[in-house]
Amino acid sequence: MKKPYILDNHMPSLSRRRFIAGTGGLTFMISIGGLINGNWASANEDSEGSRTKGSNITVWVKIDSEGTITVLNPSAEMGQGSMTALAVLIAEEMDADWSKVRVEHSPIDPKIYGRPGWGGRGYHMITVGSFTVSGYFKPLRQAGAQARYVLLKNVSMKWKIPLTELKTEPGMVIHSASNRRISYGEIASFAKTIKEIPEIPEKSLKKPGEFRLIGKYVPRVDIPEKVDGSALYSMDVIVPDMLYATILRTPVNGNQPESFNEKEIMSMQGIQKIVRLKHGVGILGKRYENLLPAKRRLKVKWSKGAPAEMFDSEKILEGYKNVASSGKKGGHVLNQQGDADAAIQNAHRTYSSDYFSDHVYHAQMEPLNAIVSVNPAGDGAEIWAGTQSPSGAIKAVAKLLGTSPRKIKLHPCFLGGGFGRRSMSDYIVEAAELSKAVRKPVKLIWSREDDFQYGAFRPMCLQRLVAGLDADGKLIAWKHSIVGDGRRLLSSGAKIPFYDIPNQHIEILGLSHGVRLKHWRAVGHGFTKFAIESFIDEIAEAEGVDSYQFHRQVMHNSPRALKVLETAADMAGWGRKPPDGHAFGISFAERSGSLAACVAEVSLEKSSGKIKVHRIWSSLDAGIVVQPDNAVAQMESAIIYGLSSVLSERITFKDGKVQQSNFHDYHVMRISDAPEEIHVKIIDSNESPSGIGETGLPITGGAVANAVAALSGIRLKHLPFTPDQVKKALES
Amino acid sequence: MSIEFELNGSKTKLDPQPETALLWVLREHLKLTGTKFGCGSGLCGACTVHLDGHPIRACITPVSAVAGKSVTTIEGLSKNRSHPLQKAWIEAQVPQCGYCQSGQIMQAAALLESNKNPSRDEIVAYMNGNICRCGTYLRIIRAIKIASAEVNEG
Ligand code: FES
Ligand code: FES
Repeated sequence: MKKPYILDNHMPSLSRRRFIAGTGGLTFMISIGGLINGNWASANEDSEGSRTKGSNITVWVKIDSEGTITVLNPSAEMGQGSMTALAVLIAEEMDADWSKVRVEHSPIDPKIYGRPGWGGRGYHMITVGSFTVSGYFKPLRQAGAQARYVLLKNVSMKWKIPLTELKTEPGMVIHSASNRRISYGEIASFAKTIKEIPEIPEKSLKKPGEFRLIGKYVPRVDIPEKVDGSALYSMDVIVPDMLYATILRTPVNGNQPESFNEKEIMSMQGIQKIVRLKHGVGILGKRYENLLPAKRRLKVKWSKGAPAEMFDSEKILEGYKNVASSGKKGGHVLNQQGDADAAIQNAHRTYSSDYFSDHVYHAQMEPLNAIVSVNPAGDGAEIWAGTQSPSGAIKAVAKLLGTSPRKIKLHPCFLGGGFGRRSMSDYIVEAAELSKAVRKPVKLIWSREDDFQYGAFRPMCLQRLVAGLDADGKLIAWKHSIVGDGRRLLSSGAKIPFYDIPNQHIEILGLSHGVRLKHWRAVGHGFTKFAIESFIDEIAEAEGVDSYQFHRQVMHNSPRALKVLETAADMAGWGRKPPDGHAFGISFAERSGSLAACVAEVSLEKSSGKIKVHRIWSSLDAGIVVQPDNAVAQMESAIIYGLSSVLSERITFKDGKVQQSNFHDYHVMRISDAPEEIHVKIIDSNESPSGIGETGLPITGGAVANAVAALSGIRLKHLPFTPDQVKKALES
Repeated sequence: MSIEFELNGSKTKLDPQPETALLWVLREHLKLTGTKFGCGSGLCGACTVHLDGHPIRACITPVSAVAGKSVTTIEGLSKNRSHPLQKAWIEAQVPQCGYCQSGQIMQAAALLESNKNPSRDEIVAYMNGNICRCGTYLRIIRAIKIASAEVNEG
């Protein structure tokens, strides 16, 4: 299983560049799945034979003689705070003095740093779906405990006393009987390799009541450098001798450049090279500012006939309805239990409702960019990029160059937002293609317009929900059909594991439009939970039952979920009269193993159709929460991101072309539209941690729609609820 | 054409193409990368710097426009993160991805220069041009309040 491999007074060349300052010290290389042995030093370079079969180092920890503990962080930091959380886990069981802990990015080698338990796909480094802390929770604490064992063992040998007489306090080993104390730094200066390090079973780890760091307030380590401009994003990387690049990409996905005015562009100031790509034309030059006029002047004749040319997102909605009504068989079934059709047939009362949602765009604050330097031989490369999928990026670039992934080196950078967009490697591969053409470092910068128009969006869809109730008003049948493109992106959140409904049929009726789609924060949960929670509310209203009580009835079998819902309702004082002109709406959702609920307080300006969300009371059960303040920040973040998509975000296509191009025609939430208050309550739990970064998002759509219904009697069924849509609904 | 201006307190002389946006001059020519590129069109505030003390969007300001004037970027706001806003930003744990935050802090610094004790509404109105996609808005308001309290006490 897990064993730290220890080296005294020796620095691994893997991180020599970063660690060069220290000489003495103790380095722990924490492996999951086997001891790392022998010549492991060059694990990220060219060497073979550096890995024991099945070995998988998660993280590096080094203690120097000053007692400074350096943790190399293996996961992408895009704002979710996991860089800090992972170090907290190790430090907790090590009993480290947190003020002496530093965290750095780890070099990327998935065989060395990958996370255990990633769906059997072998070694893989990827930061998606809020799994980071939950994936590392147990192994990193066990490793921390083993590191502590090594420190204790060394002291016990030095002082010639039994290990059992020693204890630790943060950063110190203590022998009470002789009143002696020694710091971890001092130990590191004489520590020797320990051959036999025992396994430390989970039951010997600290109990939640003993935690000093987990669940306490620990400031995030990445924050200081984010207030003075020194945090390094790939956008900030400048490599000697590099060229800048921009790409004019096909406006319709799938079409290719046939010809372009190469001569004219090459004659422009500062332009060094033009490269034809499959999906566009790259322009390279010494100065970024020279590229923009050239790009404006570039005239490309595009091929025709890509399937996406036929796609018009406004017109397609009628088609979606027809598909939903056609009784089309052969959909992809997500859940089938009992006999939903028969139960609906025989139900005492039935309800049916359609919900729409448009495409949405990630709008991560840092436009996509990457620096790639392909070597002169063309068989290796260095990459500087912020990516959610470093190993995917390495593989893709290796494939492009027809070389081994070992010849690709990735320097991780902070991500100026990910939200799923940076789990694709397209922008890195582009930079690699351009660098391959010139054999020089290339810094490819996407303009915001590029980022929009060659975006990869959360797909639009239609959801038809049908429900049947028995004579007692109990929900007995549930049919949910989702029509649209992007199968797995649509299915996320469609299941209802916390609702007790005996007959269910949940399916995707898939179509294909040929446009670019991708995971977006919380994937499909944003729209599926909106539809589910709106529908539940609609049924409750029609049945004359309070929505909260109706929810509780459907959730009666799930105490954990009930607790979450009840907590949010209590926080808001559900049942009280809202302020004049305001109303409350309630909603529940699960995401990445965590549960959340919220109550939204909204008002509506009838003349303009503008919805204002004033307050949110939310609750979260994410098991043990490693960093509570950060969990609150993530809830605030996901709620605002969710509300933004619910109230105003909308990408449309005409003849396959994206119609929006920058923040003037695509509205992300600004400070004036943010709720005045967001209250978050984290529910105490001893369950192992689950994801946090996305869980606040799926609850927003239903809560706002339900509040608007309570306020005005209007059911909003088309995301986003732009003022125009709201006015239309009010008028009809 | 050569252009002279004061940058974070030091005289700077450059020979750029005059229509180049100040943003790219700062970032790529002078390697002051704390000022960020977010939209390139004056819509997001990520590139906010001070020109003679006033907040401007460096992405739509040609470098010729700063000739003879004084530019302050996030790097020049303080030594050692000692500006009350930077301290408050840490105290309130504002940044997430952090990419928008140089611009947010520079905008907020200009606010406190002109209004030492802004109300919530004044903060919201002044900060509305700065997008934070990570949704740190409520903490931004909290941090500005913390900093304004410090400024007023000090
Ligand atoms: S980059 Fe200048 S306002 Fe957005
Ligand atoms: S902190 Fe990420 S955009 Fe503001």
